[in-house]
Amino acid sequence: MNLTVRIYFFEILKGLRITIRHLFRNLLNWDEMPTIEYPDEQRKIPLRTRGLHRLLQRPDGEPRCVACMMCATACPANCITIEAKESDNSQVEKMPEKFDIDLLRCVFCGYCEEACPCDAIRMDTGVYSITGYRRKDMVIGIDKLLAGKGMPGSWPDDLLPKTLPGLKSSL
Amino acid sequence: MTDLQIQILTSLVKVIAVPLTLFTLVPVMVWVERRGSAVIQDRRGPNRAPVFGFTLFGFPHLAADAIKFFTKESFTPANASRLLYTLAPTMVLIPSIVAFAVIPFADDILLSTSASPLVGSLGADGALQLGGGLVIPMAVARLDGGLLFAFAVGSLGVLGIIVAGWSSGSKYPLISAVRTASQMVSYELILGLSALGIVVVYQSLEPNAIAQNQGTTFLDIIPKWGILIQPLAFVLFLVAGFAECNRNPFDLPESESELVAGYHTEYSGMKFSMFFMAEYIAMMTMSGLIVTLFIGGWQVPWFSTDALRTILFKILGSAQIAVLATAVCQLFWFALKSAFFLWLFVWVRWTLPRFRYDQLMDLSWKVLLPLGILNLTVTTFILGLLAFA
Repeated sequence: MNLTVRIYFFEILKGLRITIRHLFRNLLNWDEMPTIEYPDEQRKIPLRTRGLHRLLQRPDGEPRCVACMMCATACPANCITIEAKESDNSQVEKMPEKFDIDLLRCVFCGYCEEACPCDAIRMDTGVYSITGYRRKDMVIGIDKLLAGKGMPGSWPDDLLPKTLPGLKSSL
Repeated sequence: MTDLQIQILTSLVKVIAVPLTLFTLVPVMVWVERRGSAVIQDRRGPNRAPVFGFTLFGFPHLAADAIKFFTKESFTPANASRLLYTLAPTMVLIPSIVAFAVIPFADDILLSTSASPLVGSLGADGALQLGGGLVIPMAVARLDGGLLFAFAVGSLGVLGIIVAGWSSGSKYPLISAVRTASQMVSYELILGLSALGIVVVYQSLEPNAIAQNQGTTFLDIIPKWGILIQPLAFVLFLVAGFAECNRNPFDLPESESELVAGYHTEYSGMKFSMFFMAEYIAMMTMSGLIVTLFIGGWQVPWFSTDALRTILFKILGSAQIAVLATAVCQLFWFALKSAFFLWLFVWVRWTLPRFRYDQLMDLSWKVLLPLGILNLTVTTFILGLLAFA
């Protein structure tokens, strides 16, 4: 350290200059401050952010999920519980009767999305603040996972379409 | 009313008004501290206590805090020494207010009374000639050794902190009390030593006389304030003043990261808020002292008391009103200068990290003390030469 640094006094003045610069910059550009008023304002998150899950529907309103258990198998946190039942649609063998995701266990790794052969589960809702008063509030079932049923806000547009392997376009 | 009655009345007004002002300014300072720190750190600060939907820049938070302090349980730990534990907050709060008593916030005013009516007229040189009037000092107490009084009472506050730490019956407050004791002893020394430079230059221990002596100018441009005559003493006094007020970067007595909250760890409710108020009032007293000693006190830059009175007499036409208006101008400038130093306290707090304990001691004994002695020696030497010449 050279002498001016060791005297320390001038370094203090430098520091004071930095803080007062921040003060005036923020006072003059109040709306450009990096801090946002969080609950009122939400930060714009990237499109690919893995947020809360959702189950997609076919045009006829049935879930796309065919209860193949791929996602539950891929899940490293074992947070997906699926019970299958026979589907009414003659072209589809099974459909989920129960599809529970324990959000307290979920690590938001996105493996379920990747494992899904039908593009039935996605994490593109953009909801990253997930709260509940009780443990059971944090386990969400098929009714909540299906788009628009008791989930907050409207889903973002389908901006990242995936191909639907094994599914005909008529479905 | 007789002169004596007027003197008693004005003294009473000052005794009530000055502490009241200090107490009123505490929440304002808390607001400045919170919002200032927030904006410095690119945050927005507290703005979520709406009154009828208006957040008013976060001011209602202060009312919410006050209500919280008043209604909170005042808890006494089982190990605490009950009497001292209860007394300690008062022992910290009172000295911080009392020390303000000697600080003049305007030049002496003259009041027109029936015994000696105040008469004013413009002299041949255009200056206002005042005759008669009762002299009322614009400080709570006018003491010949006022500076000594301020330092003596100011250092009593340490006692309260030590008692608080000791009587809490808890480890961290005790460590804090020990730290405070040695920190205060070290920096009290620097504070006195650097103020001594000013005392030697102005040949007075009376704060108002010191302020009066700073009224002239160098070359008619630069106000002849103490900071220009004693720049080194100013820096030393400022540093020691920060340490005396337990403010960052010298807030070791309550260093949150090591000692929970230092000497007031075990305090809650109103007792805690008394420590809190004492900290801010001590800051105000220290700002007032710095301004009085180094920044010209109540002096309006470029306008001495007489010049101001003359100008205001020409405008207003009445000697009594001119005198009072001058005092208001000077009070405003005193407040402005003090406000800058209060802001400096906040500004520095959110700029510098805390010193380590050994650094604190090294700074005091190995750097500031020799510098203080050097400053005093050089000052007296030069003054001796000037007297000789």
